[in-house]
Order: sequence, then structure tokens, then C-alpha cells
Amino acid sequence: MAPISFEKVEQGPPDAILGVKTRFLADDSPESVNVSVGAYRDAQGKPLVLEVVRKAEKAILEDASRNKEYLGIAGDVKFRQATQEFCFGADAKSVKEGRVATVQALSGTGALRVGAEFLATHFAGTKVYIPNPTWGNHFKIFGNAGLETAKYTYLNPATRGLDFEGMMKDLEQAPAGSVVVLHVCAHNPTGVDPTAEQWQKIVDLLTERQLLPFFDSAYQGFASGDVDKDAYAVRLFESKGQQMMVAQSYSKNMGLYGERVGALNVVCPSAGACARVMSQLELVIRPMYSNPPRHGAAIAALILTDPKLREEWKVELKGIVDRILAMRKGLREAIEATGAPGDWSFITDQIGMFTFTGLSADQVASMEKNYHIYMPSNGRISVAGLTSDKLEHVAKAIRSVL
Amino acid sequence: MLARGGVAAAAARGRGAVGAAAGSRLASTWAEVPMGPADPILGLTEMYNKDTDPRKVSLGVGAYRGEDGKPWVLPSVRAAEKKILEDGVNKEYLGISGLPSFVDLSLRFGYGDNSAPLKEGRIAGVQTLSGTGACRLVGEFFNRFGISAQNAIYMPNPTWGNHIPIFRDAGMEVKQYTYFDRDIVGVNVEGMIKDMKDAPDGSAFLLHACAHNPTGSDPTMDQWREISDVMKTKKHVPFFDCAYQGFASGDAEKDAGAIRLFVDEGHQVLLGQSFAKNFGLYGERVGALSVVCADKDEAARVESQLKLLIRPMYSNPPANGARIVQTILSDPALEKQWREECKSMADRIIRMRDLLKSNLEKEGSSRDWSHVTDQIGMFCYSGITEDQVLEMREKHHVYMTKDGRISMAGVTKENVSYLAAALHEVTK
Repeated sequence: MAPISFEKVEQGPPDAILGVKTRFLADDSPESVNVSVGAYRDAQGKPLVLEVVRKAEKAILEDASRNKEYLGIAGDVKFRQATQEFCFGADAKSVKEGRVATVQALSGTGALRVGAEFLATHFAGTKVYIPNPTWGNHFKIFGNAGLETAKYTYLNPATRGLDFEGMMKDLEQAPAGSVVVLHVCAHNPTGVDPTAEQWQKIVDLLTERQLLPFFDSAYQGFASGDVDKDAYAVRLFESKGQQMMVAQSYSKNMGLYGERVGALNVVCPSAGACARVMSQLELVIRPMYSNPPRHGAAIAALILTDPKLREEWKVELKGIVDRILAMRKGLREAIEATGAPGDWSFITDQIGMFTFTGLSADQVASMEKNYHIYMPSNGRISVAGLTSDKLEHVAKAIRSVL
Repeated sequence: MLARGGVAAAAARGRGAVGAAAGSRLASTWAEVPMGPADPILGLTEMYNKDTDPRKVSLGVGAYRGEDGKPWVLPSVRAAEKKILEDGVNKEYLGISGLPSFVDLSLRFGYGDNSAPLKEGRIAGVQTLSGTGACRLVGEFFNRFGISAQNAIYMPNPTWGNHIPIFRDAGMEVKQYTYFDRDIVGVNVEGMIKDMKDAPDGSAFLLHACAHNPTGSDPTMDQWREISDVMKTKKHVPFFDCAYQGFASGDAEKDAGAIRLFVDEGHQVLLGQSFAKNFGLYGERVGALSVVCADKDEAARVESQLKLLIRPMYSNPPANGARIVQTILSDPALEKQWREECKSMADRIIRMRDLLKSNLEKEGSSRDWSHVTDQIGMFCYSGITEDQVLEMREKHHVYMTKDGRISMAGVTKENVSYLAAALHEVTK
């Protein structure tokens, strides 16, 4: 028998998005621009830690009553309650009736994975429908949990807008009992969201066809600056008594990226089901990482529940969103100023951190090689990574590949 | 790779899966989801918290308590936190494999600065969600690449309760090897070695690096050598779960003895490290997983595959706890301070072991309680029965897990005589 060796282990492919950053860091050209990673940058192109986060951290450090004990498997109690209300609204019927099973999770990824494992265990054979395109990691998350995935039409590449008819047509074909992944707002990577009317039609279809929605909520507050407006889709479904799963992330809206703050919510038809679901979620979590990290959740809980901090957070969020909108406007104008052919209004129509340019992998590669612009090969630009001094350069680069 | 998902696999995970037909269930989606069993260890804490009896003693969870019976945040940790806040570090995502400087320091801490494979750069290392996360990652890695014969992992009987569901959920088969002998109240090394010989060549074995949980009984260094020899002959894969380095004897180098012996003997070990107890960082979830490889290239390949397992699980690990450890281990003054604080925890536990034994003798117990002071680390495997454990809880309000495992960290000068009296009461 051959000795144990890891020789058969092959080199894994680099992560598509994070690999781009590696190349950017290796590039010492003064012209280089990183518009790949979905992390916000301030007007100077620097990472931003919210003032309100710094304040919360300081308060936590100075609070002698706090320690570093294990949280329960489901996580920080205060955080879980606050995140539930943040997501569904304090007046949501399911929240008031104790029908929402909420566990703290390792940001959005962790919430999705726990939800996926739960589905794979209790609803084996479930097919998961994911929009095309979507955040790349979605497929691997559900796939690694052992679930079959399928794509549903979402983007219309010609218009760079929503192909609503295509979407509905595909979802109509999904077998009853399937799960449908939906981005709550600021769809990643397209920045294209359904309108309120279209959401009404979507919820009706999902209800009629017995499809379970699994919402990915990574940008509540970060999309429009209004946390209630951004939660519209989830709250619409909830108000119709729809069962669903919602993964939340506080990476972007609180800038807590590396602290891994998130939650998984499962809206159940009864408090009894909720308790049983909670117990099963804990059975997924315990053999995965035992209990979640406490630091980020403590920060988020403080910001969500302290009225002063909550108000300050709202103001800071607005500042962030305003800068992103200014960059969208600036990029569009800079491109139009180059005389580039085509309609560039999609840049200001799209919402959130990203703009989906429709550039091909070859065009993206050319922009990287000749202009030192770094974005993933699907042509997704992080508007949050743009600064006014780089707009002209990026616009020139785009013009050059058309 | 073994297929995952599916009713059979789900049932094997022991979660009580219900494979209802896809079309029929949405009328009440979650209706068929059964109530899962409460976690034996963490559920115990909940019961203790609800108990209003003033004499209550918590000996369940393996978390350190000071002489005042309270959780203790190490002063060196507080100093590190203060420094991190003052430095104004940002909150950007770490890479998938975590904070590089933390991983480097973890490896040096575990393997020793002079470790040959470390100096040769052939250890693949990633930050993990404490020890649990490291174990789960090992299971996922072994399962995906068929590293272990028959995709099985052998663990000591008994072991930390969570080990079994961790590896099952990763898709592996869990087997046990002889370890603790209740008659000699110690490690049955002959039995252990026999089981290793009987296992198929190339099987994965989970070894507790020191302060075995729950028994507190470790092989001696000579016995570790015997174990190493057998494992080499059988080409078994050693995975060390190291949750108590520094916390067991108070000497971090000594506690890593078994790991370093195996590395010196040429084993390609895997090492899971937790910083929950020795740094008191429990809820921050700080840990690391490393794999000793044949060469740098192999280490790079292995790391790339570990990253592919991490990314769809939680993308990248939490930064805060890793920064704290990194700050301490990279500052000689802080590291010195930390080592003293860690030793003080180990010393207090050793003192409590002595006190418990002497109090039991004072009570007039005729039982042999020498295992209380022979065993090492957080836990004492008391040897009492499940019924006696229940009586301890219901009659005396003393909480321990049903296997009779006592967390010595929960013993204080104040409660030790009450505890001894209760133990004597139920065992006489």
C-alpha cells in the first residue's frame, strides 16, 4: 500500500474574484485601479471603518461586564432579536408571533451554507434555482451542501436590465418544492432589481407554484440608504404569510466585513415549527463551528439597539450611498464624454455596489493589460471602489475596448 | 469522493432527517421537521442557569473559571485589544486562509521555531473557526480526497462528544479505538495499539495532543513513541486535535511534545489548534489547521484545496480573535505575560485537583481517587455512573456531563468541600 501522501491533491483554481485582487496588489503602476472586490472605498480610495462602529467597539472594550465566553450555538441573543426586527420590521406578524427561527451566522456565506445544509438534511433532493448571473459563490455553497442547482433567467444582456418574462417563464417550470434564491436588493453582480409591481407578481407565482424563497440580503440600507425601502421584497413576502429563508449580511451596510456578521432567518408557519427548526439549525451549526464569533455581533447589536448609534448609522449610510450615486453619475458622464457608442444609462439605473458593464472576458483582460484596471472577468465593476480621480482613466479604458 | 445529500446520507448524519416527497410538503413546509436533541454539553449550561439553588456548582462546560468562579479575560488579551483599537486597524475581509501573520505564529507555537518542515516551508496552514472548525475542515478534506482508508476516521473511546457529528457531517465514517480503561482508570495503550494494527493500512487517526477530553489521561512520551512506531508501520494518517497547549501542564513546549515527536519521526501530521482555552478567547473562535506536506509545492496545492472548502462554508474567518493572538505572540513582553497567565490557569487547576482529592479523603471516602490528581488538564473523569451524575444534579445541584466528566475549572476553594461531600454522598 502506498504511503499516505497528499500527492494526488491537485492545485485548486484560484478564486475568481479574490484572485483579481492578488494581481492588482502585484501591479505597481500608478494608474492601477481595483474595481473588483465588493468592499466599499471612501473618496480617497481607502477602506472605511464607520464612526459608529468605532464608537461601539470602544464602548464594548470599556464595558467590564463583558467577557469572551462562548455564545450559545445560535449566537448573541440581543443581536438575533435585533436582526430579526431589522430584516422583517418590528411589526411583522411572524416576528410578533415568535415564528421566525433566527441564528447568528458567519455573514451571508455562513447563513446560506447553514440554510443549505438544513435543506439538504430535511428536504433531500430539493433543487435550488439561482438567478443568472449571480454571486459566483452561490453555486458552490449549495453544491457543497449536496443540493442540485439550476439557473433561472434574470439579466437581459442586450438591455442590461431585468428579463422579467424570462425569469417568470423559468420559475413556472420549476418543480413544486424547489427553492428559489432571490437577491433582496442591489442584485450582485447586475445591480438590477425587480420593481415593486414585479415583486408582487413574483410572490404570487412562488406561492402558487409552491416554491420556497431563499433571500440573500447583503445590502439592506446600502442600496438606497433607506433600510425599510431596501427590505421591501422580504417584507412583501412576509406580509403574505409566505414561509421563507433569509440570509443576512452586515459586511457592507455596517462595514464589518472581516468580523463575519450575519444571520439566517427561517419564517415558519407556527411557533412550534419554529422551535423545532431552531433545534435542527443548531444541529447543523455545532459540528461545523460550534458557536459563532462574538465580537462583530456585539458591535452590530449595539448599533441596532442604541437609538443614538442607530441614528448616526443612518447618516453614515446615506453618505456612503450618496458617494456611490455620485460615482455612478461620474462614470456614466466620463464614458459618454469619450464619445463611446451605446446607451450608458444603465450605469445610473442600476443600484448598489456594482455595475454590470456587459464587457466580455476578452475586453476585461485587455483593460487589465493595457490600462491596469482590475475587475472580474464577468465585467462587474465595483462602483464603490471608484474615486473621482480615476473616472477618466476607467472611461478611457472602456472606450478602448469597444 | 463520497456523495453527500440524499436521504441515506442525511440519515447517516443522525439528525433525524425526513425525506418527504418533494411535491407534497409545502402545505406546511416545516411541519415534518422533528425536534432535535439538545446539545449534551451546552444544554447543561442552560439547565444550570435556570437553577436557583444558591449552592449550585457548574462543572459542565470546559471554560476556565477563576478562584471567584467567574470567567477570566486574560490581562494580556485586554492589553492586546487596547493596542488593536489604538492602532485603528480596518475591518476588511481577511483572505480565505485568514490572517497570514497569525497563521505563521500559530504554526511556530505548535511545531516549535526549529521545526524542520516549518523551516522548509512545507506546512500548509489556514486560520479556522477554533478547534471545531479545524476538525470539520479535516473531515471535509479527507472526504473529498479519499485520504483515509475506507473514508473512515478513528477516534479514541471516549472522545469529545462533538467529534463524532463533525466527521459524520463531513461525510466520513466514524470508528473508535480503545483508549480509556475504567478498571485501571488510565490509558490502555496495548488495546490502542492493537486497534491500530487491526485497522486497514492508511487509516486516519484522531489523537488528542494533550489533556485528553474527557478523561484527562494521556499516554506517556514513551507510549507516544510506541504509538508513533505502529502508525508508521501501518502508514496511518495522524490528526492531532490540540486544544490545550500551555493550558495542560502550564508549559506550552511540553504540551506540544507528542506533536513534535511525530513530526520528528517523519509523520505527515495534520494539526488542529484551538486558542479558546489557553488564550481564553472562547467566543472569538480562533484556531488553525495545518498539514505537514512532502514539499513546498504540495503544501501550496493542499492549501489551495483547503481554501476551496472554506470559501463555500463561510468565505473567510473572523479577524478579531486572530489579531489578538497575533498581537500577543509577536510582542515578546506580551508573550511573556501571556505565558505566565496561562501557567497561572494551569496551576490553579492543579491546586484544585489536590484539594478535591484531599477533601474526598477527609470525607472518609474509601474509593481510590488518585486519578483526580493523575489526570491532566481541564477535565477529570470522575468514574461515577450516569445515575450518580443525575443524583449529583437533582439532589446536590452539581452539574456535570452524564459521562461523569468534571470540569476542574469550575472548582474553587469555596465550593470544593461541598463538591467533595456531594461526590462522597452519591458514591459511598
